[in-house]
Amino acid sequence: MESADISALWVTLRLALTTSLILLLLGTPLAWWLVQTRSRLKTAVEALVALPLVLPPTVLGFYLLIALAPDGIIGGMTTHGLAFSFTGLVIGSALYSLPFVVQPLQNAFCSINPLNLEAASTLRASPLDRFFSIVLPLSRPGFITAATLGFAHTVGEFGVVLMIGGNIPGETQVLSIAIYDHVEALEYAQAHWLSGGLLLFSFIILFLVYRQNNRWSHP
Amino acid sequence: MSGIEFSFELERDGFQLNAKARLPGMGITALFGASGSGKTSLLRCIAGLERAGMGRLTVNGECWQDSAKGLFIPPHQRALGYVFQEAALFPHLRVRANLEYGWRRTPKAERKGNLNHICDILGIGGLLQRYPQQLSGGERQRIALGRALLNNPRLLLMDEPMAALDRPRKAEIMPYLERLHTEADIPILYVTHDLEELARIADHLALVEKGRILKQGPLAEMFANIDLPIARDEDAGAIIKTQVTGHDDGYHLTHLHFCGGEILVSRIERAVGEPLNIRIHARDVSLALQPPGESSILNVVQAVVTEMLEQGAGRIMVRLDAGGTPLLARITHKSQSRLGLERGTPVYAQIKSVAVSI
Repeated sequence: MESADISALWVTLRLALTTSLILLLLGTPLAWWLVQTRSRLKTAVEALVALPLVLPPTVLGFYLLIALAPDGIIGGMTTHGLAFSFTGLVIGSALYSLPFVVQPLQNAFCSINPLNLEAASTLRASPLDRFFSIVLPLSRPGFITAATLGFAHTVGEFGVVLMIGGNIPGETQVLSIAIYDHVEALEYAQAHWLSGGLLLFSFIILFLVYRQNNRWSHP
Repeated sequence: MSGIEFSFELERDGFQLNAKARLPGMGITALFGASGSGKTSLLRCIAGLERAGMGRLTVNGECWQDSAKGLFIPPHQRALGYVFQEAALFPHLRVRANLEYGWRRTPKAERKGNLNHICDILGIGGLLQRYPQQLSGGERQRIALGRALLNNPRLLLMDEPMAALDRPRKAEIMPYLERLHTEADIPILYVTHDLEELARIADHLALVEKGRILKQGPLAEMFANIDLPIARDEDAGAIIKTQVTGHDDGYHLTHLHFCGGEILVSRIERAVGEPLNIRIHARDVSLALQPPGESSILNVVQAVVTEMLEQGAGRIMVRLDAGGTPLLARITHKSQSRLGLERGTPVYAQIKSVAVSI
């Protein structure tokens, strides 16, 4: 493997890890709110969260490019803007992978019997205590699914990164784009290595997730 | 001030709860009513699981809710125990952790019961390492009861804890509930629509109908009141306080004495002098004007007709007075005419069977 490919791999892993961590932190309260709320905003928020599932990545990437530019809404808050930076990539990936984290969490929270929470509340557990002692452990499979899907989906991302990441080796060049470059340059051998690797990686991750979940649902 | 005093006004999906009462601050009070009468809603209001728009609740002097003052103590800050219809055990925790859930969250100074003692009372010591999925329905309900008791409650609420159980499972739990009666020193509100069940464990009875408390009173008094809807139940009957006066080992019988006479029941393991409540179903009492001659029926009590109420379908409920103790008999309209029964008629009540409770 060339050193450029290794740094692309490194950037990809760093990006996927950072993104899934951030998404778990933000997605958990968001998913809990979606399950608990009776607000009329719920439907709108659900639709917003699901948007990246149907939008072409280029659309999301285009608007992000504008927002992250030095004079954009988000970029304007920094000195040089966030486009073509690792931070910009993280923001883009987080938005793009949001439904892959929020939806499994929402499903997991939804499937918790409300009676368990009521029972806990009659046993001196405050709302926060109930969340940590009942909701979290009961949605462990949901969390594992959410984390792996968020991670894997970020690894597999292409369109958004292409639009806002530039293609700076060691900074914003990720695996999917490195593959694209190899193919453009007719370097099929390298393209094979990287593509095959990603294929195998994705399969193994999904296989592990499904195996875990099947174990939990049939103890 | 002792007692559970409440007044709740709650409207939910076309149902109206408008309950107001002051219930005893100790012993077991049964909340009895048909399904949909609002018993469960009332219990949930008392627990704070349901927040009534207008509500006031004081439990033995401690105010838990007063909407006039904007006071509402959330459920997790009320020292209560709640046993749901389904056990609602936490599936991810072993039995021991389930039992200790409320205990761990109780301030040390307020911890009273202890795990071993509760396990002994409920016979669950051998289940501590199991998960709820590995338990039978009856076991689960016993754990749920233990978990509620270990929460060091000042009020125990039980919502038809046996409704989801079949007959054998009920029979398995009943003795534990009866024991609760003597062991627990806190008031217990017990929701049920099973007259048999409450006759065995309750001291006090509150009738719930259409979201209101229709009437309440000591169990025996309520059971002897033939104007109440419970007198129409198949299982209607009187509850009588007796005292064990002796055993007849040859015939395997126990003598019980009450104000109106003596009653013989199958030998029970109670010491002479011990008090014992028995229940005599109205359907098991027949009436005669003369002392019955040769008969297999052992128990015949002299009484006077005090009240009669037509119950439809040719049936009449008769209230008798046997030396100050009320008895109920359900007879046919035809029998009443034939015997010419009216208020004040002296009769011989023949008791076909006696249910021994508590």
